[in-house]
Amino acid sequence: MKRMKPVDVVIVGFGWTGAIIGLELVDTGLEVLALERGDYRDTSPDFSYPGIIDELAYGIRGELFQPLARETVTIRHAVGETAVPYRQYGSFLFGNNVGGAGTHWNGQHYRPSPEDLEFHTHISRRYGAKFMPADMQIQDYGVGYDELEPFLERFESICGTSGRAGNIGGQMQMGGNPFEGPRQHDYPNPPVADTYGAKLFADAARAVGFHPFPQPSSNASRPYTNPYGVRLGPCNLCGFCERFGCFMYSKASPQTTILPVLMRKPNFALRTNSHVLKVNLDSAGKRATGVTYVDAQGQQVEQPAELVIVAAFQMHNVRLMLLSGIGKPYDPASGSGVVGRNYAYQMMSSIAVFFDKDVAINPFIAAGSGGSQIVDDFNSDHFDHGPHGFVGGGYIIGGQTGGRPIQQLAVPPGTPGWGAAWKKAAKESYLHTTSVGTHGSVMAYRDRYLDLDPTYKDAFGQPLLRITFDWHDNEYKMTRFLSDRAQQVVDRMKPRQSSLTIRQPGGHYDIRQYQTTHTTGGVVMGTDPATSALNRYLQSWDVPNVFVTGASAFPQNMGYNPTGLIGGLTYWSAKAIRENYLKQPGPLVQA
Amino acid sequence: MSSQPPSRSRRDFIRHSLVTVPALGLFGGAAIAPGRASAAAPQAYAPRYFNADEWAFMQAAVDRLIPADDTGPGALELGVAEFIDRQMDDAYGRGELWYMQGPFAPDAPATLGYQLRFVPRDLYRAGIKAVEQWCEKQHGKGFAALAPEARDQVLQQLEHGSISLEDVPATAFFGLLLQNTKEGYFADPMYGGNRGMGSWKMIGFPGARADFADWIEQPGKAYPLGPVSIRGDKA
Repeated sequence: MKRMKPVDVVIVGFGWTGAIIGLELVDTGLEVLALERGDYRDTSPDFSYPGIIDELAYGIRGELFQPLARETVTIRHAVGETAVPYRQYGSFLFGNNVGGAGTHWNGQHYRPSPEDLEFHTHISRRYGAKFMPADMQIQDYGVGYDELEPFLERFESICGTSGRAGNIGGQMQMGGNPFEGPRQHDYPNPPVADTYGAKLFADAARAVGFHPFPQPSSNASRPYTNPYGVRLGPCNLCGFCERFGCFMYSKASPQTTILPVLMRKPNFALRTNSHVLKVNLDSAGKRATGVTYVDAQGQQVEQPAELVIVAAFQMHNVRLMLLSGIGKPYDPASGSGVVGRNYAYQMMSSIAVFFDKDVAINPFIAAGSGGSQIVDDFNSDHFDHGPHGFVGGGYIIGGQTGGRPIQQLAVPPGTPGWGAAWKKAAKESYLHTTSVGTHGSVMAYRDRYLDLDPTYKDAFGQPLLRITFDWHDNEYKMTRFLSDRAQQVVDRMKPRQSSLTIRQPGGHYDIRQYQTTHTTGGVVMGTDPATSALNRYLQSWDVPNVFVTGASAFPQNMGYNPTGLIGGLTYWSAKAIRENYLKQPGPLVQA
Repeated sequence: MSSQPPSRSRRDFIRHSLVTVPALGLFGGAAIAPGRASAAAPQAYAPRYFNADEWAFMQAAVDRLIPADDTGPGALELGVAEFIDRQMDDAYGRGELWYMQGPFAPDAPATLGYQLRFVPRDLYRAGIKAVEQWCEKQHGKGFAALAPEARDQVLQQLEHGSISLEDVPATAFFGLLLQNTKEGYFADPMYGGNRGMGSWKMIGFPGARADFADWIEQPGKAYPLGPVSIRGDKA
């Protein structure tokens, strides 16, 4: 096998967290190498106008997504069943290439609520431990909101997040989110202007007594220079955001915020078309010696490194840990083991809101996250869950992210799927329809986990990751509760008609329907090596020169989009590496 | 997106040389419902993937899935059959975007997603053949030769799975056909469908304009500009 010159730090995967940690560690003078299995991608030429405004290529065929032909995951609903491959994209969308899913996200940029980070402690204290079903295994992150706040803010300042604060240092702010944790400062940019659908939603939400505010959005509302000196341009509400790269340099991505600086650093190197097969360990299995990858020519290469950062997408992080034998694999029968433990997802519902012809929604005027309005009254523990008998919650969102006709054209319920009647309904509905959705949490359970599939393999012959997942009653209750309140707002909007899509008890997780790409867990952080794979600094308990970034660290899933917390945790971890680990390499927390 | 196999030009030559009959001649010109302007357009295009019988089916099917009428243009006149044929000759049609390693478990719960061994182009080939066989048996003639109402009935039966086809689940075939038809109807015209941006004009989608910075300050006001395509055509 070819053996490369050793480096100080090797980063596996070059999306958001790889870029963040790359720049943080390069600044210490270390020699840092990032390995990315995809190609190089940049705003120009890859996302430039008008080529990127192509719904078929990007929105439907998924030009920016990881090619499933080479590697996918398998899925089953329960332990004991045979899993089958996720052959076509549906439920979630893996990123690919430099920037990862950070190029084709929407920019919905949230912080967790303070209680989300110590969820087990909080729920137990407020409702008693018996409030949680016996098989629910939620837990604390091991880092609290106050400690994390500066790092959450740091990531917002890098992204140029647009929004309106609701709570600055305990002082409530008009028009912001009254339920958020205290912020030190307002957002770096004011909110993007509301779309018309969002405005109608917000007016109705206020009328029923809820507290709408502009969605925090990493779609820049004005020209902005971030602390690295990188410039973002103002969002023009083009309507091609999720699934697309941003031609306006408005949507925060590694390309628009970090890479212009990082790529010029002499002690940083990036190798694309480099697919990491495993993290190599010493004979005792206590120390990583580097990684083995397959290069563009198909040959295996050994890359020695002193420090390994596993920074791929959540699923891929879990798989790489299992393939590398770092940490004990989770066993749902005994409940022991940590890698693959506490896989979680999110549960959505949506309401198509149809107006008469005199209401010009203009659905194509939209941003991925800017211009939408949010009701956060029923997220996290913002309300008394006692009478409702479930844990968790979510936000309600009003407004649409685009009017792309193949994917986003809704017709009223009862309309045939094709023929003259469908076409008539499509024509009459298109300009006059908006959307209200709910974005809900999913807790962790003993029987929901990730492991390696016994049958199916990737293009390199390595086993695929296997998902064992289905909904639990707690989540069905959550989505009903949240959807009823969303419907209340919709009714107040006085549309001609509306149509709710909701997941009902007795059904099963349907991998054909897109919900979110917010898959979480499997390499979770925490305070106890028996129930977490990582300590509070994202450092492996078992192999201390391995750190694992990303949503794989979430012990359960919250009702918010994950990227804000992912970025904050990565800056938090990077500081611990810089200020503590590098001075004295070893465990940052004693088990 | 497409990666062309090396034998492409030779295969194309062979295919084109097989398809020399003008498409409409196959079913006597009258078989397709004479909707508004639905007759003329498709003649110019010689299919690259579908053979003559399949091509007749495709035109006759898309013409019913989105028929031409006073509401707006139909799929046939917008070139949707051409769109699908071109897609079949691309990475998508060859199944190169899907994980296609076995074993296959076609009887897995539907909620676990597509589990057939067919890539799109094979699903069309097998599906069309099976539907044609069914039509011959049931009606004594091919799908394209049926009256519009009878074609609608066959499509409905496929949609609801009330026809049992040889080798192919009817609902999977119908689902792909309908999805690809809507793609061709609404995608940018450079892919062969949505000629003249006909569907975009009908619904009011401005296509690749993608700049509404000035319009966000005028909420609720109708947007006045017509569509443009990625290649810069205006409608």
